[in-house]
Amino acid sequence: MKRLFKTYLEKPELAGLILLVLLIVLFQVRSHGVFLNADNLRGILGILPEAGLVAIGVTILMISGEFDLSVGSVFALMPMTMAVLMVHGAPFPLALLAGLLVCAAIGFINGYVTIRFAIPSFITTLGMLFMARSLTVVVSGGFPPLLPIDLPNWLFTSFVGPGNMFRMSFLWFAAVALLTSLMLSRTNFGNWIKATGGFLPAAASMGIPTARVKIVCFMLCSVLSGFAGMLQVLRLGSPLPSIGEGLELQAVAAAVIGGASLTGGIGTVMGGIIGTTLIRVIDNGLVLSHVDANWFKFAIGFLTIFAVVANAWMRKRAKAIKMEA
Amino acid sequence: MGDAIISVRDLHKWYSGVHALKGVSLDFKRGEALGLVGDNGAGKSTLINILSGVHRADSGEIKVEGREVSIATPRDAMDLGIETIYQYNSMVPTMSIARNLFIGREPTRFSVLGVGILDQKKMAEESIRAIANVDLHLRSPDALVGELSGGQRQGVAIARAMHFKSKVMILDEPTNHLSVKETNKVIGFVRGLKEQGVTGVFISHNMHHVFDCCDRIVAMARGEVVLDKRVADTSIDEVHSVL
Repeated sequence: MKRLFKTYLEKPELAGLILLVLLIVLFQVRSHGVFLNADNLRGILGILPEAGLVAIGVTILMISGEFDLSVGSVFALMPMTMAVLMVHGAPFPLALLAGLLVCAAIGFINGYVTIRFAIPSFITTLGMLFMARSLTVVVSGGFPPLLPIDLPNWLFTSFVGPGNMFRMSFLWFAAVALLTSLMLSRTNFGNWIKATGGFLPAAASMGIPTARVKIVCFMLCSVLSGFAGMLQVLRLGSPLPSIGEGLELQAVAAAVIGGASLTGGIGTVMGGIIGTTLIRVIDNGLVLSHVDANWFKFAIGFLTIFAVVANAWMRKRAKAIKMEA
Repeated sequence: MGDAIISVRDLHKWYSGVHALKGVSLDFKRGEALGLVGDNGAGKSTLINILSGVHRADSGEIKVEGREVSIATPRDAMDLGIETIYQYNSMVPTMSIARNLFIGREPTRFSVLGVGILDQKKMAEESIRAIANVDLHLRSPDALVGELSGGQRQGVAIARAMHFKSKVMILDEPTNHLSVKETNKVIGFVRGLKEQGVTGVFISHNMHHVFDCCDRIVAMARGEVVLDKRVADTSIDEVHSVL
């Protein structure tokens, strides 16, 4: 019993999960039952995959001990690349592939420069934030291109499921969440990610190719962010060059609320998803409870700090529960 | 020297102008516990880093079991059966004992290009056995390494090296920052290596620890070997006098 209690206290996503449940109950009561009705849930679940995919990438990268501020810009650059290519006659699959390759290249540059020159990824990706945003505006030529009308929306944004509850994007999101979760917990590569972020010298001395592990995480993060940006553009129907601004900090907040450690080694994909959901729930719930929506950022900020403090406290409590070693 | 498991000849290493190793030649004999002593900057760590694949020698030759080898990465060293337990601890505190035991060498059920699904059952079973084999009593292989004491961590590191059947175990300052009781435990581990036929290389500042568990003492100073004697033929005072 004591052991079970300890095991659960040590779960990094626990604080976020408890907060999420509390907030859902609060908003449900405050909105007089509107919060959890089908229409509102459909709205939340329709937007969640976009921020959620970015948070998954950012969380995994943070577990490997690095940081990416360029995700918001990549979020805009990837669909803009696709739109421009399609305007010039490229078919959708080719444009999709090219867009994802651009993301992978940006992730590679982020990782390679960070490791090769041993500089903080905070700096590398801050630079990339500006560069990728600028590229987005440059390739768009200042005017957002018109998307062709025959896009495969059935594959990405159409509503499906019982009562048309989900968009297709949610299924992509669920699949990615499941695969990345399994990758982290069940594969040797996941073990290397945690070891690299947990204690770099030990990982390196045990023969883990830590540079390669980090670069792969950077690339995964960029590709997921770009893919998420494409989902948003397909949902909105127009590739605006300004989408995703501020997303990088929201993604970090989501990862941290979900228990990921800024210093690496600790965190779960589920935690990142819980963090994102929490942010979406607050955004939506404040409006439904007739609270001035300008309190949104205040709430996110407060919760970020609160979740980290709660997590640190719980970990300390768990450690204090002495089991015979 | 037919019974040398590792022999190095005329090893040189420069670090940006500093001549850290000046032609070191040394034989590590099979099944022997060798104590490597010397002041900071004497070249002990440089020698060990070369053997464990962290750095490369600028010139000289290394033979393992009579074969000339090139050790470019930590992985090469491990594949040759040379396992190093570092001063700073080669464990990831945020991971479980079982995960730590298999870092970089995880058993997988199937894999593509070296990446595959972990065989968690095998990891759990083998880690319990590996820990028991070094006479370490731990509650569960799922406990986080961060919760173990310094001595227990060194024990797990030694269990890991034993499990992967290393032939030479290099312990770089394993008794630093340990309590007296835990130090004795680590010294016990080093003594136990001989029974298992493993060559031990024990590096320490503390002469008493080295004399307690080694068969042979090698002292280094200014990048050279300055003393190489059986423990029975020397004394702490003599070693101090050459350093």
